[in-house]
Amino acid sequence: MLDGTPAGNARGWLRELAQSLGAIVLALLAGAALLAAAGYSVRDAYWSLYQGAFGNVYSIADTLLNAIPLLFTGLAVALAFRGGLFNIGTEGQMYAAALATALTALALPGWPPLLLITASLLAGAAAGAAWGFVPGFLRARTGAHEVITTIMLNYVAILLTTHLVKTRFKAPGPVDQTALIPAAARLPELVPATRLTWAIVVAVALIALVDWVLRKSSWGMDLELVGQNPSAAAYAGVPVAARTALTMAASGAIAGLAGSTLVLGVLHRFITHFSPGYGFTGIAVALAARARPWGVVPAALLFGALQAGGLSMQLFARIPADLITVIQGLVILFVAAPGLAALFRRRARGPVPVLPREGTR
Amino acid sequence: MTATGTEPWILEMIDIHKRFGPVVANDGVHLAVARGEIHCLLGENGAGKSTLMKILYGLYSPDRGEIRIRGQRVAIRSPRDAMAAGIGMVHQHFMLVDRMTVAENLVAGMEPVRRGLLDLDRARQQVQAMAARYGLQVDPDARVQDLSVGQQQRVEILKALMRRADILILDEPTAVLTPQEVDELFQVMQQLKADGKTVIFITHKLRETMAFSDRVTVLRGGRHVGTVRTADTSPEALAEMMVGRQVMLRVSRPPAKPGETLLELERVSVVDRRGQPRLRHVTLSVRSGEVLGIAGVEGNGQLELEEAIAGLRPLAGGRIRIGGREPAQPGPRGRRALGLAHIPSDRLRRGLAAPLPVARNGILGRHWQAPFARRGLLRERAIRDHVGRLLASFQIRGRPDAPAATLSGGNQQKLVVARELADSPRVILACQPTRGVDVGAIAQIHRELLQRRAAGAAILLISADLDELMALSDRIAVLYEGEIVTEGPTEAFTKQQLGLWMAGQRPVPAAAKDSAPAKEGAAGA
Amino acid sequence: MTDAWEVIFHINTLTAALRLATPIALAALAGTLSERAGVINLGLEGKLLAGAWAAVYATYLTGAPWVGVLAAVAAGMLVGALLGLFAVGLRANHVVAGVGLNILLLGLTTWLMQVVWDSRGTSPTVAALPRWTIPGLRDVPLLGDLLGSHSPLVYFTLLAAPLLWVVLFKTPVGLRVRMIGEHPEAADTLGIPVHRLQYLSLLAAGGLAALGGAQLALGDLAWFSQNMSAGRGYMALAANVFGQWNPLGSLLASLLFALTDAMQMRIQTLPNPWPTELVQMLPYLLTIAVLSGAVRRSRPPAALGRHYPPEPGAGAP
Repeated sequence: MLDGTPAGNARGWLRELAQSLGAIVLALLAGAALLAAAGYSVRDAYWSLYQGAFGNVYSIADTLLNAIPLLFTGLAVALAFRGGLFNIGTEGQMYAAALATALTALALPGWPPLLLITASLLAGAAAGAAWGFVPGFLRARTGAHEVITTIMLNYVAILLTTHLVKTRFKAPGPVDQTALIPAAARLPELVPATRLTWAIVVAVALIALVDWVLRKSSWGMDLELVGQNPSAAAYAGVPVAARTALTMAASGAIAGLAGSTLVLGVLHRFITHFSPGYGFTGIAVALAARARPWGVVPAALLFGALQAGGLSMQLFARIPADLITVIQGLVILFVAAPGLAALFRRRARGPVPVLPREGTR
Repeated sequence: MTATGTEPWILEMIDIHKRFGPVVANDGVHLAVARGEIHCLLGENGAGKSTLMKILYGLYSPDRGEIRIRGQRVAIRSPRDAMAAGIGMVHQHFMLVDRMTVAENLVAGMEPVRRGLLDLDRARQQVQAMAARYGLQVDPDARVQDLSVGQQQRVEILKALMRRADILILDEPTAVLTPQEVDELFQVMQQLKADGKTVIFITHKLRETMAFSDRVTVLRGGRHVGTVRTADTSPEALAEMMVGRQVMLRVSRPPAKPGETLLELERVSVVDRRGQPRLRHVTLSVRSGEVLGIAGVEGNGQLELEEAIAGLRPLAGGRIRIGGREPAQPGPRGRRALGLAHIPSDRLRRGLAAPLPVARNGILGRHWQAPFARRGLLRERAIRDHVGRLLASFQIRGRPDAPAATLSGGNQQKLVVARELADSPRVILACQPTRGVDVGAIAQIHRELLQRRAAGAAILLISADLDELMALSDRIAVLYEGEIVTEGPTEAFTKQQLGLWMAGQRPVPAAAKDSAPAKEGAAGA
Repeated sequence: MTDAWEVIFHINTLTAALRLATPIALAALAGTLSERAGVINLGLEGKLLAGAWAAVYATYLTGAPWVGVLAAVAAGMLVGALLGLFAVGLRANHVVAGVGLNILLLGLTTWLMQVVWDSRGTSPTVAALPRWTIPGLRDVPLLGDLLGSHSPLVYFTLLAAPLLWVVLFKTPVGLRVRMIGEHPEAADTLGIPVHRLQYLSLLAAGGLAALGGAQLALGDLAWFSQNMSAGRGYMALAANVFGQWNPLGSLLASLLFALTDAMQMRIQTLPNPWPTELVQMLPYLLTIAVLSGAVRRSRPPAALGRHYPPEPGAGAP
């Protein structure tokens, strides 16, 4: 799916790092060009962006807070990539999971915190997994491309959760949202008096787990085989269809936890239309991370910073924060274009030369 | 290599250099071709023949060197330039669109137009006129996917002729043909020659070189070894030029000592996605210590047979027993559990996950088994040791942590073979085991297969290479349109007879002796 | 309940479906054209948005919706060129590049809307495209209701589909484009310029899809709103699969999708409307169902999504 697979050696790793950094720099430059064309001061814009992301303790906390959901969605998209699948349905998986988590937390009053939180998270992961399983299953059984089905399921999830909240679970008031979840269900703070909760620990633990499974287990090898060469996977006895559905379900479960931890840690209830696009940002995160689990950490931090900085840019430089979405789109394009790196690597003109296969057959 | 004055070179390629990254494909190659001759470009796989011809056809640009056509220096930057210079090429992998008709394929890029629209009537006439002139009969309205390989090749030749080619390059044209089709192709080449066309014929087969060509240019390792008149040379001399040392042209196969039956197919049928039968009631058995070869023109059910035995395709009917037992679970794992090893016909599509490291590819399909995995966890130490042994015993050049894509084709194939033969399998399904690898690797793979035979394995060999089949097999069965049309000991067939069976005809027993030269057994297989 | 069914299956539903099908159909035709040339066109959503935004902006500046339509075409071609640059020139994975482009354009149109109009929701109202009335047809019963009076772009779509069919299957350039999508090596060896024709197809497709955006903004409504394409670009791709990469099939499939859309809109006008959100889900669910049912039966161009020349050492496509 990407330009080759994560190479095993250090040089490949460095090359990928350079490519990702290059893509981000190019995207920021293109953003600057856009700002200049629209008549803004690029310096003011990027300065307020930087201030909003790293200027003081609060902005750093804001960056971290914005990065947490991205750790989950980025990891989810990266895992699917490794299995040869493009999960752009993380947004819908988040909604399904967030509602399931909120309803579980509300349905089990009196449970002790640890149990209640665990149950709520598991309910969310299960809902996200179900929302991911459907397109995975359809891909495996009918060949329907998961990009189209997951996008459709995003709209379905947002509409369905809105419908359910409006008709069944609405708390009194003008806003379409559920009641507040009990205190026992809320994720404890990691740093007192901030909204930085244990969610970040859950995310990093998941990243470690996924990385370990991919590198060290037969499951991981199955998944990677399906991603790199489904025919070879079938030849090796891997049940390709089942693994495809499973990969999407796992990806959906991880993406779902982005919604669940937002509900338990930040929002403390389900609010309709709560996501500012964490799902789509997750795509940019995963690509910038070159679909490596540990790469998701710096990538999520970067995009979390952009998101936090974008708001401050809007407040102080009066530049609409949606510029950040533009930059995300550009990063995706730049990372995905191997030809771009080739342009810089050698002065090769024309198409990339084709290596002769040994022999002529 | 200079013109004697009497021979006007229609084509000269002088000091051609071309490298792809670290790989030097052409290293100062010379080629001079006289008008109206059939010139053979001979060399092993990887010798640089195809690269040289792709440079001539404008598909690659040379790093250095000069091309002259009719004495004029020319720059060929694209196939369009090549066509304008009167060069046509018949590629080894046909450049035809399966879903389009013959006429559409032939006129694309030079379409006759009437009132802005495609004039298919005129296209049809053009095709028929050209076909009649060279005796290359094809139906212009047939879809390419419905044509036989030989017919598709005719379409390719017509394509070049319709573009007024004077110089026709044929890239390994006989690799996919039956012996009879090869003879027909030879007739066509003679016809072209009589018409004043020049033919450049790429091959690695000595027999064809001796039979077809006027002169031969030999390449080895990207370098020009020499150019000789065919009449002045011998297969042995050519082989030595080609490989650089004296080579054994024959593999010795001691007599078989067949034991118990290890692989049995009983009325096996397979249908494709549209429900069309692809294998009909195939019944075969292979015994311990013998090699059963499957001959056939590609597309007659070989792939389906391979996939059915390997568990990659469900059976529409019949049963398969390995070691006397039917697999307990469907799919490749059940077969493997009964002792089946499978060397797949397409190593890049199936045999390897090229982007993954060599070490992972070395345990492909065994990555859930001890000692490589325990409770779902990979054991790197065991994997490393095992793959290290594979690389050493097959002399595969490559690092375990490098992607398999970085190996050369020959080393990739050796890796697949090494992996499959590693756990002393009882039954070996070997499909095109030497496709696209060099002579050294071929010899090694043949040797390994015969060793397993001697050790009591049952081997089913599916190969498009008749020389290979006849050299390795104890018995041969011919697959035609999904059916086994004949089966017998290898000695009972001549190559010509096999060719007739492969073409769906029944050879007359008396016609066993025929005129075609059959000098070499497994020459340069 | 019978009343409800009467409202849903009224001829006006069909008329609305035709109107609503136009953006999807234009995008689907664009998809057919570029995919026949071998380039997966997931960027249709972005092209719809780009077209819609450009149409509204140009109309806002000039007051002339026709200028808006031209601006949409220009914007769409620009996006098409961009997809060509990445997917063809820089050899990006077609699917990833398309999705990246969609995210880029979702952000860009939302951003520009705020830059220009200082609003994140909708733009000011601008002049809409006129409704053309076909004089004779207007009075024919049923057919007159269905086809009598529409935005010019609706009529354009009904003509564009057969026209594209003729171009693809009956002209030299169509033969060349199809050959590239099936077997670029074959095309190259015949001297057909693979990349050039892919770029041209993407430019034309960009213009077509952006016209769909113009219809969305100036034909149906008279303003731009954030993410107003709402997945139609992806539906168009499903329509293209369902229509077997044939312009006429794409048109029919788009009509099918639009029919559920029209139904859900009419359901909401009922005195006792069904739950809005549930009804709005219909087109999305239908897309999933249709795609799942259609893929097995349809055969995409053989080289769809492949780069030319191919990657070194490439295994499975």
